[in-house]
Amino acid sequence: MIADWLERKEVCICAGSGGVGKTTTSAAIALGMAARGRKVAVLTIDPARRLANSLGLPELGNEERRVEADVDGELWAMMLDAKRTFDDLVEWHAPDERTRDAVLGNRVYQELSNAVAGSQEYMAMEKLHELHQEGRYDLLVLDTPPSRNALDFLDAPRRLSDFIDSRSLELFTAPGRLGLKVLGRGSGVAFSVMKRATGIDLLQDLGEFFRSFGDMTDGIRERAGLVNSLLSDSRTAFVLVTSPGRDAVDEAAYFHHRLMDAGLPFAGVVANRVHRAGGPSDPAELAELLGQPLASKVQRTYEEERRLAQGEGENLAGLRRRLGRKPMIEVPHLHDDVHDLDGLWQMDEYLFPRRARSSRPDRRRPSPSRPTG
Amino acid sequence: MLVTGKGGVGRTTVAAALGLLAARRGKRTVVCEVAEQERLAALFGIVGVGHGERELTPGLHAVSVQPERAKEEWLRYQLKSGTLAGLLGGSRLFQYLTAAAPGLSELVTIGKVWDLAQLERRTGGSVYDLAIVDAPPTGHGLAMLRAPGTYANVARVGPISRQARIIDAFLRDRAATAVLVVALPEEMPVNETIEFERRLAEELTMTVEQVVVNGMYPQRFSGTEARTLRSLDGRGSPGASAALRAALAEHERVLGQRAQLRRLRRHVEAPVATLPHLFEPQLGREHVERLANELERRL
Repeated sequence: MIADWLERKEVCICAGSGGVGKTTTSAAIALGMAARGRKVAVLTIDPARRLANSLGLPELGNEERRVEADVDGELWAMMLDAKRTFDDLVEWHAPDERTRDAVLGNRVYQELSNAVAGSQEYMAMEKLHELHQEGRYDLLVLDTPPSRNALDFLDAPRRLSDFIDSRSLELFTAPGRLGLKVLGRGSGVAFSVMKRATGIDLLQDLGEFFRSFGDMTDGIRERAGLVNSLLSDSRTAFVLVTSPGRDAVDEAAYFHHRLMDAGLPFAGVVANRVHRAGGPSDPAELAELLGQPLASKVQRTYEEERRLAQGEGENLAGLRRRLGRKPMIEVPHLHDDVHDLDGLWQMDEYLFPRRARSSRPDRRRPSPSRPTG
Repeated sequence: MLVTGKGGVGRTTVAAALGLLAARRGKRTVVCEVAEQERLAALFGIVGVGHGERELTPGLHAVSVQPERAKEEWLRYQLKSGTLAGLLGGSRLFQYLTAAAPGLSELVTIGKVWDLAQLERRTGGSVYDLAIVDAPPTGHGLAMLRAPGTYANVARVGPISRQARIIDAFLRDRAATAVLVVALPEEMPVNETIEFERRLAEELTMTVEQVVVNGMYPQRFSGTEARTLRSLDGRGSPGASAALRAALAEHERVLGQRAQLRRLRRHVEAPVATLPHLFEPQLGREHVERLANELERRL
């Protein structure tokens, strides 16, 4: 169960493709660990506002907020603001006020720092590192951003290092001999062709941006290195979140492969919204109980459910085989999609099952939905 | 036509069904994926579409846009010379710059999409009546739509600015471009859909043309029947009682879905159509055909 996966861990990173319940799972893990006495902060990028509300918060900002929940430990939550974190980073690393203002005031930075592909991913890592350094929490749970590709965030620190790699910057800082030497022959021509392709104005703005950014490269690169080492630290655990659908499971298998390749500390898989069904039902018995046409409608519904459960079971079995000895937790398809504290507590039953099974086997079934409306 | 929506709601399937429907109506259609995935072709049992355009079924084509290739094409067009483009594309300086330049990959991707919809293709490819984009999820989708406008502003003058301005105008022209959002009748996808429509209007002064709610369960049981099922809970053999529970659970889910659908309709301006849930662990061409039939009746 999750508590075993996260024993002696200080960072838990929840990863997976879009729409598999990553945000919800991160929140449920954080709540569960807080319930077990730990001081936990959950960092999320883009929760539906209802989730923030249900955590007792009108809104989540770049600062952590305490969540009112009935737990032995403490639960805190924050929503990362990529732009703010980027600004903070510039502020932190700028050698002097002039450089800081030059970067923050640059048009390229202003227009694009928000939209930089990968910047959200990097900033999430950055904030994670910062909070970990401060050491105010026993456990940090990160809900990774809903990127196009579940793996983007793994490359983020490296990509930022590339971005600020002095070799690409030197041309702008010293577009003479040095630049040519570093970039190889033909760069002079390339530079003039580039003017033609992009327009000189944009090139100048970009150049100015890279130039001022260049003064901060060492600090930022060092930081990216630290973020990278936090990811592979034994105090970190990666939890892979998936749904039982074919595409999601394929992606999870690939992701697992990538984590192993990179030597990152993988803890296990949480499979959400899994359909479960029992053995076949007898149409005659149903007809006797319910009469027609109700009996055949029930029969049909149940058959659909069983077929779905079977297909999902096959998908998950395939994933299990690839995981080797690493564990997988299945959370059943709950009646109501989970979006509030009650729902998170419902998930808790599956993520943190009690060791001694209670004598009532139906404890593990989803409890009936709360009345709606 | 841009098809977006929260991750996992079935954007690709809906984009494919729309494409099939358009092709049936005699429109030469291309569906393009931009997330470096090729799920669309897989739906039709074809592997390896790649950056080239490929016919899936008469009148329906698929393409998977790769930003790197799109960048090369753009250069070639911009410089009107393969040699210069090769020189620049091979330059490390240029590679660093374009990898680092924020939002450029979004710009060339949407540029490629724009090109697919033109009557005169700058890349010299064949001409389509309709280009359907299986766009990135809502957040990234918005960033992609914003990229041309942003670049037009940043570059001010020069070829990038000119190009970006044309693409931006094309996207904002309701006669040329439609935005369609796919959702599920669940809390978070509904929230994201409402939020997306609001942000699209505020940040880009654009309108969502249509919302498609995917995965609606059939309403099989009346309130009276549900009460009957509830009164029998726990009775019968294990198989029968599991069947009763499954039926009740589905009934509850249907009620939840309908409440979410009502909430969505109250909060979005765009018309909302629904598609049925398909009880299939793996979708294929026949299911896309079925959804196309459903769309035909509802749109």
